[in-house]
Amino acid sequence: MLASLVLSACATKKVTNQMQGDVYTGKDTVEYLASGVADRVFFATNESVLTTASRETLRKQAAWLRKNSKINVVLEGHADERGTREYNLALGERRANSVKDYLMTYGISGNRISVISYGKERPVDSGSNPLAWSKNRRSVTVKAN
Amino acid sequence: MIKYFKYIVIFLFSITHANALIEVDITRGNLNPLPIAVSPLSIDSNSNEALQKTLKKKNIGSEISKVVENNLQTSGLFNPLSKDAFLQKPDIAHLKPRFEDWSLIKAQALITGKVFYQNEKLRVEFRLWDVLAGKEMMALAFTTVPTNWRRVGHIITDKVYERLTGEKGYFDTRIIYVSEEGPKTKRIKKLAIMDQDGFNTKYLTLGNELVLTPRFNPTNQMITYLSYFRNLPRVYLLDIETGIQEVVGDFPGMTFAPRFSPNGKKIIMSFAMDGNSDIYTMDLENRVVERITNHPSIDTSPSYSPDGKYICFNSDRSGYQQIYVMKSDGTKVKRISFGKGLYGTPVWSPRGDLIAFTKLHKGKFYIGVMRTDGSGERLLTENFYQEAPSWSPNGRVLIFYRETKSDSEGKGFSAKLWSIDLTGYNERLVDTETDASDPSWSSLLSN
Repeated sequence: MLASLVLSACATKKVTNQMQGDVYTGKDTVEYLASGVADRVFFATNESVLTTASRETLRKQAAWLRKNSKINVVLEGHADERGTREYNLALGERRANSVKDYLMTYGISGNRISVISYGKERPVDSGSNPLAWSKNRRSVTVKAN
Repeated sequence: MIKYFKYIVIFLFSITHANALIEVDITRGNLNPLPIAVSPLSIDSNSNEALQKTLKKKNIGSEISKVVENNLQTSGLFNPLSKDAFLQKPDIAHLKPRFEDWSLIKAQALITGKVFYQNEKLRVEFRLWDVLAGKEMMALAFTTVPTNWRRVGHIITDKVYERLTGEKGYFDTRIIYVSEEGPKTKRIKKLAIMDQDGFNTKYLTLGNELVLTPRFNPTNQMITYLSYFRNLPRVYLLDIETGIQEVVGDFPGMTFAPRFSPNGKKIIMSFAMDGNSDIYTMDLENRVVERITNHPSIDTSPSYSPDGKYICFNSDRSGYQQIYVMKSDGTKVKRISFGKGLYGTPVWSPRGDLIAFTKLHKGKFYIGVMRTDGSGERLLTENFYQEAPSWSPNGRVLIFYRETKSDSEGKGFSAKLWSIDLTGYNERLVDTETDASDPSWSSLLSN
């Protein structure tokens, strides 16, 4: 409870510098696979194109995966709540796959990567506002083993 | 439960179609609903005593009439009059109404009836009277097991609705939906089913896995839906009478957005792999899978025309979500939505002439209808968030779900079912025990 209050207090202060266009650039919800290796990337509304920042994050993930060759990952694709349920399931799948493609071009075998879409079913931020939506348009890389 | 519902109709008197005087026009928004008196169904004291024991209701005759009254009220086409004003006793009215008493309270139509308990069965008679003409319009009787008493009320409403509007009713039907509980970030979802009027809610899954988008087979009591069982989002089939479920969309990737074909023999759904969603069908008898679309865009939310010859779906092949129609073999794909904004969830009307949809424009969500060639777009309702319309079996009412805005802690959020007439009038909250989404309307249970 206290933690969420603190988080939302930060969120309100930093609104202006947490988004570029409508892509989330903040760190509030980000977790780390290893030191300096962020677990997620964010997308613009209705988009599955990787931003420059996303590519940088994913190159770090790829380097970490190359070093830890026994670790497999699940890519969880998500959408915000401002779209129809079925289309958002497809959009989440498309987002996770654009991450998969990128990791594969950096030498990670497709056998180590599985993909699941949650559409708009699992937001990280419950708010109905543009900042919350930007945090929810994401693909999260999760260790599978 | 459906199977043992013995449905016997006995024509007590011949129906006098020729001199029907009252008629209700359902094609326009009805601002002057027809004043109708629903007299409590009369019951003799022996039957009442016996039924009190089985059903734990003080007077099942008046309970059934309340079901009818509530149905007529929510249809928006009828104005059931207050029983306090009724002058004639139920048993006498059922034999021969004193029409002047009923016209005095401005009733134009009158429903009377009688309930008996016979050989452990419930027998219900009812008559519909035209008060101004002083004539009987309809007389029917039903026999069933006593626990089916609410269904008797729904069937009576269907018969009255059909007699007065000239179209089939939609009251003896059920709604399958997703029941929702818990915080937005960890929502627990279960399949739930209830009567069209919100009674007899049953939960069909326990909430251990995420379930979405249940849809009725239009020909029987099967459901198709998406389940995340074992974290593999796949299309399932569930028999709601036996509780038996099975995967039907066991493809090497996510299957979703399922719907039955009009004859109930196929499931049409999306299959997503490598970032691309296309539309497939599966024949439920021989399990043959057919690919219907083959395009690098997202193709989803397919729905058949009632004759099975066409499919409408939504695709972002133009860059944004729009509605398309194609022949059921996937040829002759044609975009039909050209208005400003995004269009999704197209559903073909059971009457065949319209497609209902969700539209997103300038941050607002709309439920609307258009003709099957995309002309005549009409938006019925605007809100912060709403989607997924499903048609009543007679194609006159749409049910959908609506979500409210929440603050940054998730407060203020709710998901509820709503219904609206095709006319754009009579928008109503559909009561559910929990929050609810993804409604699907069944066909008429009896005909």
